[in-house]
Amino acid sequence: MSIKTVRNLRRFSQIVFFVIFFWLILKTTFEVHFTPANAAEIQLPYPVSVALEFDPLVAFSTLLATGALFKGLLWSLVILIPTIFLGRFFCGWVCPMGSFNHWVSEIRAAKGVASNARKIKSNRYGKYQRIKYYILFLFLAAAYFGSLQIGLLDPLSLLARSIGTAVLPTIHTAALELLGWVKGLGVPILATGAQSAYDVTASLLLPYRQAHFHGILIIGGFFLVILILNRMITRFWCRAICPLGAMLGLFSRWTLFGLQKDEATCNHCNQCLIACQGADGPDVGSVWRQPECHLCLNCQAVCPESSLKFKFYPQQTVTTANPAGTQKIDVSRRMVMTSLAAGVALVPLLRSGDAFEVNSDPRLIRPPGSLSESEFLARCIRCGQCMRVCPNNALHPTLLQASAEGIWSPVLIPRIGYCEPTCTLCGQVCPTGAIAELTLTRKVGNETVPPNRIGTAFIDRGRCLPWAMAIPCIVCEEWCPTSPKAVYFAEETAIDRKKNEVKVKRPSIDPELCTGCGACEYACPVTDRAAIYVTSVGESRSTRNQLLLKTRNLSRPPSRTA
Amino acid sequence: MDRRDFIKTTGKTLAFAAATTAAGVLFHNRRVAGVEPIVLKTTDFTVPTEKSLPQIALARNTDHIAALHASLDAVGGIKRFIRKGDRVTIKPNIGWDRTPEQGADTNPVLVGEMARLCLAAGAALVIVTDIPCNEPRRCFLRSGIRAEAEKAGAKVILPLEEDYVRTVMGGQVLDVWPVLKYFVQTDKLINMPITKHHSLSNFTGSMKNFYGILGGRRSQLHQKIDQSIVELATFSKPTLTVVDCTRVMLRGGPTGGSLDDVAIENSVICATDLVAADSRASEFLGLTGEQVGHIALADKSGLGKLDYRSVGYKEIT
Repeated sequence: MSIKTVRNLRRFSQIVFFVIFFWLILKTTFEVHFTPANAAEIQLPYPVSVALEFDPLVAFSTLLATGALFKGLLWSLVILIPTIFLGRFFCGWVCPMGSFNHWVSEIRAAKGVASNARKIKSNRYGKYQRIKYYILFLFLAAAYFGSLQIGLLDPLSLLARSIGTAVLPTIHTAALELLGWVKGLGVPILATGAQSAYDVTASLLLPYRQAHFHGILIIGGFFLVILILNRMITRFWCRAICPLGAMLGLFSRWTLFGLQKDEATCNHCNQCLIACQGADGPDVGSVWRQPECHLCLNCQAVCPESSLKFKFYPQQTVTTANPAGTQKIDVSRRMVMTSLAAGVALVPLLRSGDAFEVNSDPRLIRPPGSLSESEFLARCIRCGQCMRVCPNNALHPTLLQASAEGIWSPVLIPRIGYCEPTCTLCGQVCPTGAIAELTLTRKVGNETVPPNRIGTAFIDRGRCLPWAMAIPCIVCEEWCPTSPKAVYFAEETAIDRKKNEVKVKRPSIDPELCTGCGACEYACPVTDRAAIYVTSVGESRSTRNQLLLKTRNLSRPPSRTA
Repeated sequence: MDRRDFIKTTGKTLAFAAATTAAGVLFHNRRVAGVEPIVLKTTDFTVPTEKSLPQIALARNTDHIAALHASLDAVGGIKRFIRKGDRVTIKPNIGWDRTPEQGADTNPVLVGEMARLCLAAGAALVIVTDIPCNEPRRCFLRSGIRAEAEKAGAKVILPLEEDYVRTVMGGQVLDVWPVLKYFVQTDKLINMPITKHHSLSNFTGSMKNFYGILGGRRSQLHQKIDQSIVELATFSKPTLTVVDCTRVMLRGGPTGGSLDDVAIENSVICATDLVAADSRASEFLGLTGEQVGHIALADKSGLGKLDYRSVGYKEIT
């Protein structure tokens, strides 16, 4: 097989893996025509978060944080083990974020003598490429002490989050606006055409309903900046920032596969440098740095003299003008120790403030089945899959609501969407178990099993129509899904301004029954700030954040395990 | 700079300044047209009354399909209501994410059979849709209605924001509201409510079922619940009302959830007078029509008869 064919194979592989990744995100939704095997306990038909389970960085960092590999994360060995033999093939052939960066770097890039000269310069190895290792060490140290921050920069989490909460919803809004605009022109043929075009787009890309996510501008903007940087330095993200690339670079320490340079035939045309993705020094005369190489094989493919060859057990002619290659990463021991120490210090720094458990935001309502806050933060990789799959658009990325430690972790905003009582999709798609997968019984409870609670509802009597304004309403009680209803009412006689007697039903909450689903807050007709609202107190995941004194049934013997 | 250049340069600047000023003056205080509501014609889907036939019939049978057939035949049979080529919309109650046994949504078997009957009578298209309170995908799925209706050959449509039309309803409470287009742009409308308890109106049946055609913040209608229900029913004028009284939720409505609250009644009412239908159905909850605010109000407004025996009530057991 010629090297050109192999390079085309690599291009094909990049497209395939990108399409798979994108398709899995598209499928992270409850489709309108989806008929599950069991309508009582709806399970998604595909393992939609499987791409994230192949991520060695997610696997390793959650292993450090929790001491265990969760569920499908063992799949990450499929990436990691070949890396030990080959090097960073993942970055050049598989990673959808890497491919995206690759395409943005190369598409309609300037050609010609001046831009070639610029590329030759910028594609030489630079010290800035060491940043990613320091980021990696910092995050891994923090993970070991229980704070998983890796998801902010892990490429697969970042891409899933950016596409799921920013890119696709933006496309949805744009498509709807465009459709409305064309229809507004009042030309029937155009309107029909636009509707058909929209229907095709919707069936391919869009979920049943437009999702609106809280504060996505920062997520979308961050993603955009990463893409734009590619236009200045090819694959800047992959070279300088990506902690997964850094980890795979570390695992390239004893590879058997590498670049063989033939000094004798090289004419120093620098074509290899112009085409290089990883800035790893493919040219004769530079140190070839295996941990930086994405194995894209461009250098070999463009070399007019066939002086460069990737092969197992490569041999190199080493002269004073052509130094030996290296499998070591270019970092000093001192800087490694410093970044590790910074990671260790980061955790108490983040948690010494009041936001973590001491004075947490009462509106920090986590998805149903979420683990206790410290365990949650040891697992959540901010991939946004729970937000994307939520059929009610109830889950949103936080910014600082869960303290700086919980940036972009999920929060339930009942005013936008409540937690559908029989739905367990967020736990199903969570790749790291930050949200435990609940059965229907564990979600809604029965005579012996308590329901999963995410908070408790409270009534704002100053805004409630029957309480404050002598107007009948009781929508909260109507919507309350528990049986018997946690919202109950007393029929009372209110006096209105004209001294008329008005019979109203005034709602109250039974905290023993309320699960905090937020249906009442969602439905409350006081449109701007609801007269009934949920706060996190009473959530099943916390022993501290409780409202009611626990009482024990004395007719039963005390349980031995308690 | 010669004179020609001077005139050219200065002329351009002055023209630009003049155009900017003109644009400001032109748009100053201009009245921008608001969104015009799309006015829809009255939606009367009724068929002519026939004096010889009862306007309400109740059939009791553990075979729910047989009960539907018996009560429908008593009011004239499907051929009386559906003509060849009709576009038919069936409006069940799919309000909540509940299973059929919980009795919060219309019995799916009845919905499926009704769709089948319409198609057999020559309907060109049968649409089954509703605007649920809970998440539509879950409600349509877990109520069993999507599966049964599709099996029968009906088109099941989940509501989309784009499919609402601003509709002039001409009521005191309901002036202009967004209505799902399938309930107004059709030839025949079959109202298929379930009978159950409701915490504010005491009873949910055929008139209250029309809350489900509305978009917008319809929960605000609770503030004038009886009036809004009557106005909605007056606006909607269905071809036929089929009331599911097979499982009747007695308490904890309209959502319910506990099987202890559901009474098995195995009954189906077919009616052309939906006030009479509600009046009869309310008896399953131990009520009479007079005790239900919106039934009494509808009777007073002349929409139908609270005294269901006066419109030729027939019972088949």
